[in-house]
Amino acid sequence: MPVMNIKKFSFTYPGVSDPSLKNITLPIKKNKITALIGPSGCGKSTLLRSMNRIHDLYPGNKYEGKIDLLDFESGKYKNILDIKKENEFIKLRQQVGMIFQKPTPFPMSIFDNVAYGLKIDGIKNKSELSDRVEAALKGSALWSEVSDRLGKSAMGLSGGQQQRLCIARAVAVKPEVLLFDEPTSALDPISTAAIEELIVELRNDISIAIVTHNMQQASRISDYTAFMYLGDLVEYDKTENIFLNPKEKRTEDYITGRFG
Amino acid sequence: MRRLLINKIILTLSTISALIGLAFLAWILVTLFVKGLSSFHFSLFVNDLIDNGLRNLIIGQFILAGMASVIGIPLGMVAGIYIREYGQGRYANLIRNLSDIMMSAPSIVIGAFVYAIIVVPTGHTSGFAGSIALAIMMIPIVISTTDSMLSLVPKELREAGIALGASKYKVIFDIVIKSAKVGIMTGILLAFARIVGETAPLLFTSQTSNYFTLDLTHAFPSLSVSIYDLASDVQTSSRDLAWAASFILTVMVLVINLTGKFITRNKK
Repeated sequence: MPVMNIKKFSFTYPGVSDPSLKNITLPIKKNKITALIGPSGCGKSTLLRSMNRIHDLYPGNKYEGKIDLLDFESGKYKNILDIKKENEFIKLRQQVGMIFQKPTPFPMSIFDNVAYGLKIDGIKNKSELSDRVEAALKGSALWSEVSDRLGKSAMGLSGGQQQRLCIARAVAVKPEVLLFDEPTSALDPISTAAIEELIVELRNDISIAIVTHNMQQASRISDYTAFMYLGDLVEYDKTENIFLNPKEKRTEDYITGRFG
Repeated sequence: MRRLLINKIILTLSTISALIGLAFLAWILVTLFVKGLSSFHFSLFVNDLIDNGLRNLIIGQFILAGMASVIGIPLGMVAGIYIREYGQGRYANLIRNLSDIMMSAPSIVIGAFVYAIIVVPTGHTSGFAGSIALAIMMIPIVISTTDSMLSLVPKELREAGIALGASKYKVIFDIVIKSAKVGIMTGILLAFARIVGETAPLLFTSQTSNYFTLDLTHAFPSLSVSIYDLASDVQTSSRDLAWAASFILTVMVLVINLTGKFITRNKK
């Protein structure tokens, strides 16, 4: 059962006549990892950034089609492209979290970073906050490294730790979907391995969509892979099929390194 | 060969130019220190101008600049936040350009403007008029610093806040301003240093006073305006006092500037 259903979705940036995404239909399956791959400029980040409508920070975008998100409480699908009110946007972003390419720790303590989303959610009880923060940090395999310095600034952490902190921060608000936008491209191989391991573990609780330039990464961690090219979704299938037995010529050319 | 020669010529020329510039600065400072120190005495901090002291002037100058900051900093910061975070397109750009023009407006013009809109209708000079003139000088500097410091905050940080469900104003106040805090504070300190030594905006707005006063509705003691008056006085003792006052004013501005630099350097 997909947690998110993208149907005939097109996206146009402001001031551009041609759409950057054309007629995309793609499910994000529950408790699976879906990788979006493709050469630079193919629209994979644009698609990812549509899934929590972070695009709307910059006005003038044109959405067409539907992106249905399953609401766990009501069990019903809701088209997120219909959202217009601020409080609905806030709810959407609590349901669909996002991790960026560069770690984005906030200029505050480690504890306050993880508690930030929870406080927005209206949790004020101190013991509940610290329990949730601890759980999120444990879930992001960061607890043992930072438990003795929760009050220290998050800026003092290493790049890999900062990225895991951002994941903990996103996980703390218990989202349904987490979007990863090339989460390891700014990190060294050891930190990358830690993040990948973490993403695979998170799958048990959260459905994941990840944009990656690294095809080995897609094949290592994802269950489903979508190959995109020039704004089109070329092929979507189980990851092993995409990598071992692609149906489309362009997919095969890309994953064998003939272009891209 | 030729390239090496040109290289040497350019290097020599630029070194000489730098030295000439520095020499004048050193000359000013040395003169100021020698003449200022020779007429400097700690009683200057105890007596008011009427008793050949500077106490009322130093306090008055800080009150004028302080009042100007109370008006100018919030206005400038909020306007800077508006043009960087909320304003879009032409309207924000218009404000940004106007503010840049304001920054290079001659300070005597600002003084004349405040004279026309406040001093003339109220019938006399006042501390308020002086503070407002200084605030008008300060606002565009604060706008420009706030604007440029906020522009240094990476957009990913804003997106990360939004992606956690924070509303725009929360992201701006909890995250963006916090990240730009040190830069904005430094800018405000430098803006303060810039206005604390100004004469022209005060010349016909607050004027100056020989007596200690905290009454902002009348002529208000100002160190810089008094330096102007004393320096053109016929008596040598007045001119000596002007040197001492200039020395003190320069040291104050220098200390504020260095504090600003120090804060920036200690920023991680």
